[in-house]
Amino acid sequence: MSEQLGTSGLILNEPLLWHKGKPGRIGMSIPTSDVPAAAIAAELLGPAVDFPDLSEVDVVRHYTRLSQWNFGVDSGMYPLGSCTMKYNPKTNERQAATPEIAGAHPMLADTLAQGTLRILFELQQFLAVITGLDAVSLQPAAGAHGELTGMLIFHAYHRSHGAQRHKILIPDTAHGTNPASAALCGYKAVPVPSDAQGMLDPALVASLMDEDTAGIMLTNPNTLGLFEERIREIAAIVHAKGGLVYGDGANMNAVLGVIDAKRCGIDVLHLNLHKTFSTPHGGGGPGAGPVCVTRALEPFLPVPRVVMDGTAYRLDDDQPQSVGRVHAFHGNFGVLVRAYSYILSMGEAGLKRASQLAVLNANYIKEQLKDVLHLPYDRPCMHECVFSDLWQQEYKISTVDMAKRLIDYGYHPPTIYFPLIVHGAMMIEPTETECKDDIDQFIATLKTITQEAATAPELLRQAPQRTKVRRLDEVLAARSPCLIGPSGDGDQ
Amino acid sequence: MRYLPHTPEEIASMLATIGQESLESLFDTVPADCRMTNPWPLPAPQSEWELNDHLRHLAGAMGVNQQTKVLVGAGSYQHHIPETVRSLAGRSEFLTAYTPYQPEMAQGTLQGIFEYQTLTARLLGMDVVNASMYDGASALAEALLMGLRIAKKKKKVAVSRAIHPHYRAVVRAYLQPTAYEVVELDVLADGRTDLSGLAELEDIAAVALQSPNFFGVIEDLESAAVAIHGIGALCITGFTEPLAYGLLKNPGQCGADIVCGEGQSFGIAPSFGGPGLGMFGCREPFTRNMPGRLVGETKDLEGRRGYVLTLATREQHIRREKATSNICSNQGICAMTAGMYMASLGGTGIRQLARLNYDKTQYLKAVLSKAGARIPFASPVFNEFVAEFPQDFKPVRERLLAQNIVAGLELGPFYPELAGRYLFGVTETIAKHTMDTIAAEVQA
Repeated sequence: MSEQLGTSGLILNEPLLWHKGKPGRIGMSIPTSDVPAAAIAAELLGPAVDFPDLSEVDVVRHYTRLSQWNFGVDSGMYPLGSCTMKYNPKTNERQAATPEIAGAHPMLADTLAQGTLRILFELQQFLAVITGLDAVSLQPAAGAHGELTGMLIFHAYHRSHGAQRHKILIPDTAHGTNPASAALCGYKAVPVPSDAQGMLDPALVASLMDEDTAGIMLTNPNTLGLFEERIREIAAIVHAKGGLVYGDGANMNAVLGVIDAKRCGIDVLHLNLHKTFSTPHGGGGPGAGPVCVTRALEPFLPVPRVVMDGTAYRLDDDQPQSVGRVHAFHGNFGVLVRAYSYILSMGEAGLKRASQLAVLNANYIKEQLKDVLHLPYDRPCMHECVFSDLWQQEYKISTVDMAKRLIDYGYHPPTIYFPLIVHGAMMIEPTETECKDDIDQFIATLKTITQEAATAPELLRQAPQRTKVRRLDEVLAARSPCLIGPSGDGDQ
Repeated sequence: MRYLPHTPEEIASMLATIGQESLESLFDTVPADCRMTNPWPLPAPQSEWELNDHLRHLAGAMGVNQQTKVLVGAGSYQHHIPETVRSLAGRSEFLTAYTPYQPEMAQGTLQGIFEYQTLTARLLGMDVVNASMYDGASALAEALLMGLRIAKKKKKVAVSRAIHPHYRAVVRAYLQPTAYEVVELDVLADGRTDLSGLAELEDIAAVALQSPNFFGVIEDLESAAVAIHGIGALCITGFTEPLAYGLLKNPGQCGADIVCGEGQSFGIAPSFGGPGLGMFGCREPFTRNMPGRLVGETKDLEGRRGYVLTLATREQHIRREKATSNICSNQGICAMTAGMYMASLGGTGIRQLARLNYDKTQYLKAVLSKAGARIPFASPVFNEFVAEFPQDFKPVRERLLAQNIVAGLELGPFYPELAGRYLFGVTETIAKHTMDTIAAEVQA
């Protein structure tokens, strides 16, 4: 094992923006006016805006220092389960910043926007090919937005069949966004418990599915990182009662080129381009959550659709059964360009290899750590594996303590306390872009931490100690919320 | 492939460790009838240099270039973006981080978003601002749903027809499956929303206006808020151009309860309409009804100032189907970018820049009027306005396009009754000589 990653270095303090600067400074260049000043009615005029005045250097130092308190994929391994924190290629950023593309106004006439429309059209085609489904809308701005769009499609489909339905089946392993998205469409979530192997039981689905149930929302591979082997059976049960099957594609990075969503019986699937297709997560977003559907559901996709007539691309609003618009324009277009760039860079072989290596890395971690961490479902996993803190409980060490100790060693922690059905869950998703050396070092580090749990538990409870701040008081933050800085609190 | 680090030897050794024969056998749990069997008709993988050429080719297929002057706003605005903002927002410590679930490793994102929330709240005159929504349109839909949650039993919302047509379309899509009804309020001859019928409406939870509205017209928000509160409804105001509040009275000051809109103007490239930034704020009593993430200040174990995501009990991962929204990923880096832009402008700069936008717009309005155009809406505007021409404007627009100027947006597709009228947008990027060229072509 090479030198330990985590170390201490010089980190600079930095005040809040409004504790810096001096009135009269400015941080950007404003053109000199070449037109006469126009009159404005006094009753329209607002007071001066209470922003601090900063110089360009003030701004640059401020945000550079802030950035140094952050950790990203470029900093190191970020095995955050369910989030697919793979490397975000630099060339994707360049392509999205192409001046004619980044500068394109969204309401340009189709004839002036052939380049951007072609990107949308081709990306739709690529995603259809990759999922095995027939038609794609790129409008949804994030995974949850894709789910909402999918539920709107469910709703419009059932309405077109004359009878609205009121319930939806959601497995207990689902992301929290699933029930929330379904609720926005008025569907009552009916939870479906998974069995002792962490899988969905078709018999249970059959007992819950009825003609007042719109369908099922499932995630495959599921949030335990396991493939739902009986998905076709489940889909057949749902279809037999007139329901639809929604696939949450958050875990698509496991199965590129392996599964065909249509053959699995999925009617609507969303993809998270900020996971599987390498676009950066931006400390919270933007993402992109395209929805892919079967031919039968294509008429319900959001408008405008991007179509090609002969050689020209155009926007098509004439879709009477469409759910309508879910975004002001064409979705998070800049994110779509990055995903397009990624697919073109990887090609078929590269994308398929990515899933193989993501699954290899996860299984490798699972096998190497299952002697020191409790593995509730000991089966071959997909792209992530889920441990628990069961064996550390005797030392009064919980998952959060191990996670925080990982920070001191220079790693972003895995996802913790999710999925909810595993008590004290620790969900590790290495992704394919981590090399064996780094994974070996990560494994060794976690082994060290499990030893420390027994021999020096206080090190874990006090962790992290190398970060700019130590554990933060979340109870205080929620009990007396301070969500914006006090006004008039500054030098001005 | 340069993103995939595994050597054949490493793959062999890892497979041996886990007791698998091949990479394919890792997927033995996937039944044969679920398998992808078709080859993918994708283009062959491209090298970085081929990809650069390909995108250059696509850029060349655009009918606009870096020199084109686009005098269209309508929800997306071409403002100068300082290199500092582009460069700082591109720092990979911000860009390649996830949502700040581990606050000790994400204080940069968290303090940056806290500052964004604060500056935006000051701009809009709100007590609380969240960490962002997807865009102005979904923010408006969420604001109306929030209004309905607060009002509890009421079943209707009213929205002005002067709100961006695409935003109203998104509102309809969001509310379609619910039992709620959307009532539209007409536009008066002066371009402002007609609120005279408000008193006759019943069961209204919230009323939404946009100011400056889609026609660029500054609504009389103070009177509107009084009328809206008069029927016991919440006053929601939207916007597509936040720069306006560098000059105009802010919505909070005018009596708005919830303010939402699009923040793309603040340092974010138009990028064919996204990613932008859904800005969202409200008065303090409604904080716990808000959708979206919130960053709050707290202390660490040693009493030092720090930031965390807070009030998560409203959110989907805790409340599941009872959450205030299903939003999870938002527009994080866009909110950071807007914070950087607001910090770069400062209080002095934002007034100056807003004033410049206003003055230039007044100039174009004046020279077009002089050239024979009519301005149908008499109300004051900020940086957009509607014009009507004595002759067919289409050939003029074609001639201007040949001079690399996109002159206005035809309103007919959005408002049939306004067919033949054009919506113009003017920012600081439009020089006087460009506006003079447009006026000259109108007169020609």
